[in-house]
Amino acid sequence: MPAILLLEQSLNGLQFGLMLFLLAAGLTLVFGIMDMINLAHGSLYMIGAYFMASFAQMTGSFWLGLPLALVATAIVGALLEISLLRRLYGRDHLTQVLATFAIILIANEVVRIAWGSQPMMLNTPAELTGPVTLPGGMQYASYRLAIIAVGAVVAILLYLLVTKTRVGMLVRAGASNREMAIAMGVDIRRLFTAVFALGAALCALAGAMLGPIFAVQVGMGENILILAFVVIVIGGIGSIRGAFVGSLLVGIVDTSGRAFLPLFFGVFLPPQLASAAGPAVASVLIYLLMAVVLYFRPQGLFPARG
Amino acid sequence: MRAIAVFLLLAIFPLVMQAMDNLFYVSFASRVLIYAIAATSLNLVLGYGGMVSFGHAAFFGGGAFVVGILAVEGLRSVWLAWPIAIAVAALAALVIGAMSLRTRGVYFIMITLAFAQMIYYIFVSLKAYGGDDGLQMPGRSTLGFGRLGNDLVWYYVVLALLAAVLYAMHRLVHSRFGRVIAAIRENEARAEAIGFPVYRYKLLCFVIAGGIGGLAGALIANQSSYVSPSLLHWIQSGTLMIMVILGGVGTLWGGVIGAAVLLGLEHLIADYRIGWLAKLAPNYQDHAGLAVGIVLLTIVMLAPEGIAGFFGRRRHA
Amino acid sequence: MKGKLSTFALAALISSGAQAANELKIGFLSTLSGPAGAIGIEIRDGFNLAVKHAGGKLGGLPTEVVFADDTLNPDTGRQLAERLLKRDRVNLMTGVVFSNVMLAVWPTIQESKIFYIAPNATPTNITGKGCSPYFFSASWPNEAHHEAAGAFANSKGYKNTYLIAPNYPAGKDSLTGFKRMYKGNVVAEVYSKLNQLDYSAELAQIRAAKPDALYAFLPGGMGINFIKQFNAAGLAKEVQLILPGFVSDQDVVRAVGEPMLGLFDTSHWAYDLDNDANRQFVAEFEKEYKRIPSLFAEQGYTAALIIDQAVRDAKGNVEDEKTFRAALMKAPEHAKTPRGQFKEAANGTPIQDYYVRELVKDKNGRIVNRKIGTILKQHQDFWLKDCGMK
Repeated sequence: MPAILLLEQSLNGLQFGLMLFLLAAGLTLVFGIMDMINLAHGSLYMIGAYFMASFAQMTGSFWLGLPLALVATAIVGALLEISLLRRLYGRDHLTQVLATFAIILIANEVVRIAWGSQPMMLNTPAELTGPVTLPGGMQYASYRLAIIAVGAVVAILLYLLVTKTRVGMLVRAGASNREMAIAMGVDIRRLFTAVFALGAALCALAGAMLGPIFAVQVGMGENILILAFVVIVIGGIGSIRGAFVGSLLVGIVDTSGRAFLPLFFGVFLPPQLASAAGPAVASVLIYLLMAVVLYFRPQGLFPARG
Repeated sequence: MRAIAVFLLLAIFPLVMQAMDNLFYVSFASRVLIYAIAATSLNLVLGYGGMVSFGHAAFFGGGAFVVGILAVEGLRSVWLAWPIAIAVAALAALVIGAMSLRTRGVYFIMITLAFAQMIYYIFVSLKAYGGDDGLQMPGRSTLGFGRLGNDLVWYYVVLALLAAVLYAMHRLVHSRFGRVIAAIRENEARAEAIGFPVYRYKLLCFVIAGGIGGLAGALIANQSSYVSPSLLHWIQSGTLMIMVILGGVGTLWGGVIGAAVLLGLEHLIADYRIGWLAKLAPNYQDHAGLAVGIVLLTIVMLAPEGIAGFFGRRRHA
Repeated sequence: MKGKLSTFALAALISSGAQAANELKIGFLSTLSGPAGAIGIEIRDGFNLAVKHAGGKLGGLPTEVVFADDTLNPDTGRQLAERLLKRDRVNLMTGVVFSNVMLAVWPTIQESKIFYIAPNATPTNITGKGCSPYFFSASWPNEAHHEAAGAFANSKGYKNTYLIAPNYPAGKDSLTGFKRMYKGNVVAEVYSKLNQLDYSAELAQIRAAKPDALYAFLPGGMGINFIKQFNAAGLAKEVQLILPGFVSDQDVVRAVGEPMLGLFDTSHWAYDLDNDANRQFVAEFEKEYKRIPSLFAEQGYTAALIIDQAVRDAKGNVEDEKTFRAALMKAPEHAKTPRGQFKEAANGTPIQDYYVRELVKDKNGRIVNRKIGTILKQHQDFWLKDCGMK
C-alpha cells in the first residue's frame, strides 16, 4: 500500500469526520438537553446549503455568502423551535420521530418550491480551486484542506464554549440534569432556543462547506442524518466530546472502508462485484461498530448523564 | 358486522372497475391492500406491543427479496416461496429482536434502524440480484392452477390474505397472549413483577409481526414482478410508521386505514387536477409530499392516536 | 372504509374517457430532476423543438406528449410506465435516460406491445439476445462511444489507462466497449456508486496508480463533480483525461468551464457537422433556448424526427405493428436528422459514424466541442450478432 495513498485517505477521512462532527454536535446537544429526537436536523443541513448557494450567487463571493447562510439558517432553526418543536419536548419519542419526519417531508417540498428541483451549483471559492503541495511532495485539494481547518477550528471553539464559558456550563448542566437546572433558575426556554439555533448554524456550516463537493439538492440531508445519529449513539447522547470522537471514528472507518475494501475484494472478485461489495461492507461496518459499542457501553462512549 | 360490510364492498370494487374498463385501479387497489398488511404487521409490534421498531422495512423488503431471488433461481411456486419468505422474515425478526430487545428507549429505535440498514446495504451490494437497480422477476408466483398474472385474480388473493391477517390479529389480540402484551405495554415493570417472562412475550410478538411483514413482502414482490431495494430502506420503515399513526396506533383497522389514506392521498394529489388550486399554485401536483407532511404533522400534534382516535376508538379492536 | 370506495369510484369516473382515434399520444418518461436531470431536460428540449417545428403534429397527427419524471429511480420509473401505458393509454413511448431505469420499465413496455423509441439508453441486454421488434434506438448502442474512445486511445499511444464508470448496466457496457478496442494495459477498472458525488477515494487511488491516461464515463452531475475534483487535486497535469461525448458536452461545460479546454471526447454528432439539417437545428435550438445544444438535445430532436417520418410513411397507422415497424426501420434513411442519414440494424440500433471532438473556444469565445476527425465509420452494435431478428 503506497504511503501516499494512506496519507490521502487519512486526510479524506479526517475531512469527512469533521464535517460529520458539525452535524452531530448540534444533534447531540438537542437530544441531550431537550431530550428530543430531531430527524429534521438533516433538513437544516440542506437549507443551510441552499441558502449558501443563493447568497454566494447573489454576492458573487463564497466568503460573503457563508456568514449570511449561517445567520439565515440559525433564524430558521430558532423559528422552527419556537413555533413547533417546543411542543414536542416531553412527548414520547415516537411522537417526536413522526413529527420531525413530517417536517422532513415538508422541508423537502418547501425547498423544491422555493428553489426548484434542479440541484444548485455551488462552486469552491476561486482561491481554493487548485491543489496544495504538502510536505513530502504530494498534492492535495486545497479546498479539502480548508474544510479540515474549518472543522478543527469550530471543534476547538465549541469545546471552549462548552467547558470554559458560563453559557457552556448552563448547557452542560441542562444536559446532565435538566430538572435541577430549571430548579436553579436557568431560563430554560431561551437556553433551548439558543441551543437549537446554534445547532442549526453548525448544520449550515457543514452544508455550506460540503456543498461544492456534493451537489446541493433536495434530500441531501437524509443520508448524512443517519450517520449523525450513529455518531451520537456511539459517542454518548449529550456529549460534545463523544460527538467528536464518534465522528472521527465513523468518518475514518467509513472513508477507509470505501477506499480500501474494494481493493481487498478486487483480489478475488470481478471488478463490478468488488466495487459494489466494498461500499456495502463499509456501511455495514459502521453499524457493526455501533452495535459493538452499545453492547459494551450501552450509554455510548462518553455519556453526559451521570 | 361492520367488517363484513367492508369486505363485501372491497370484493365488489374490482368488478365495478372492470365494467368501467379501468383495470389500472384494481392494480392500484391491490398495492394499497398489500401495504395495509405490512402496516398492520407493524401495528402489532408498535401499537399493541409498544415497541417502537424503526427497522420493519427489513422484514417487508426481506420477504420481497427472498421471493425475488427464489424466483430468479427457478423456484416460483407460491406454496414453497411464500412460506419460505415468511419463515426467513420471522427468523430475521428472531435474531434482530433477540439482540435489540435487550435495549430500551431511543437505543432500541436506533438498533432496529441499524439492523435494517445493514440488511439494506447487504442486498444492495448483491449485483447478481439487481443491486441498486432492483430485481426483475420472471413473473408472478405460480399456483399450479389458475394464473396470478391476471390482475383481477391477484386482487382477490391479496384481499383474502388481508382478511386472514386481520382475523388472526383480532384473535391474537383477544387471546391470553394479547392481554399479556397489552399489560406489558401499559406497565412493563409491573408485568415483570407479576411474573410474566416479559422478554419472551415481546420477542414472540416481534417475531410474529416480522413474519407477517415478510408475507406482505412476498406479495409486494409479486405485485409488479419486481423487487426494489428501496423496500429495505429506513425511509420505507418511516412510511409504514406514518401509515400506522395515520390510521390509528393499536387499532385493528389502523394499518388498513393508514395505507389507504396515505397512498390514496398521494395518488389523488399527483393525478387529479383541482381547478381552483391549480390557479393558485400551478405546480401544486408536483408537491404531493407537502400535503402528506402537513397532514401527518397535524395528526401527530393534535391526535396522537391517529385517525381512528378521532372516532373515539381506544386501544382495543 | 366507505371513503376509500367512493374515492376510487369517483377517480375512475373522471378518467375513463375513451381514447380519441387518429392522434398521437407519446409517453415521455425521463430523468428530469436530481443531479442528472439536466440530461433529461436537454433531450426533452430537443424533442419539443422538433414537435414545435412540425406544428404540433408529428407525421401529420395531432401530438400530445405526456411527461413523467423517474428521478433516476427504477421503481418510480416502473410505476410511471404502468401509469402511462395502462391509464393514459399512450401509443408510443420514449425518453428514458438511464439504463437501469430502462431495464426496469422494459418488461412493462414489452407487455403492452407499444413501440419504444430510445433517445438515449440503449442497453446491450435489449439489443443482444433480448432483442425485440418494439425497441428502436435513435441514439447509439450503449458501447459505441466507448469503443470509439478505446480506438482513439490506441491511436494516441497511451500505454497505461485507468478506467472508471458508475456501477450500473451502462457503466459496465462502457468499460467493456472501451476494452474491446483498446490494446494497451488497463491499470484498473473501478466502478463508483451511481450518483456518487464525492470522488476523493477514487482520485487518491488514481494518483497512486500513476496511469498515462484516465477514461471516465460519469454522466451528468457525477461527471461535473469528478472533473472539478480531478482538477482540484492537481491530477490534470499528471494524467490525460479522455471522455465519452456525454461527459463533456454542453451541460457539463456550463458547469465546469475553462478547465475543460483541450479535452478530447468521442461522439456520434458534433455541433459543426457540415449539413443543412444540422445547421438549421443548431441555429433554431440556440434561438429557442438561448444555449448551445448538446448531443443529448440532438438525440431528442432526432427521435422526434424519426417518429414523424415513420408515422408519415405508415400513413398514421401506429397500431399496426408490422406496418409501423417497417416504417420505423426505414425512417432514418430519409429523415433529415442533424447527424445525417443512417441505417438501422435489425436489433434496433443505428449504424453510423463516430467522431473525435476537442473542446476549444469558438470565434465568439464560447467553449464548444469541435469535430477533429472520424474514428469509426459505419460502426454497428457489437451485440447485433446475438440478436435473432432479421
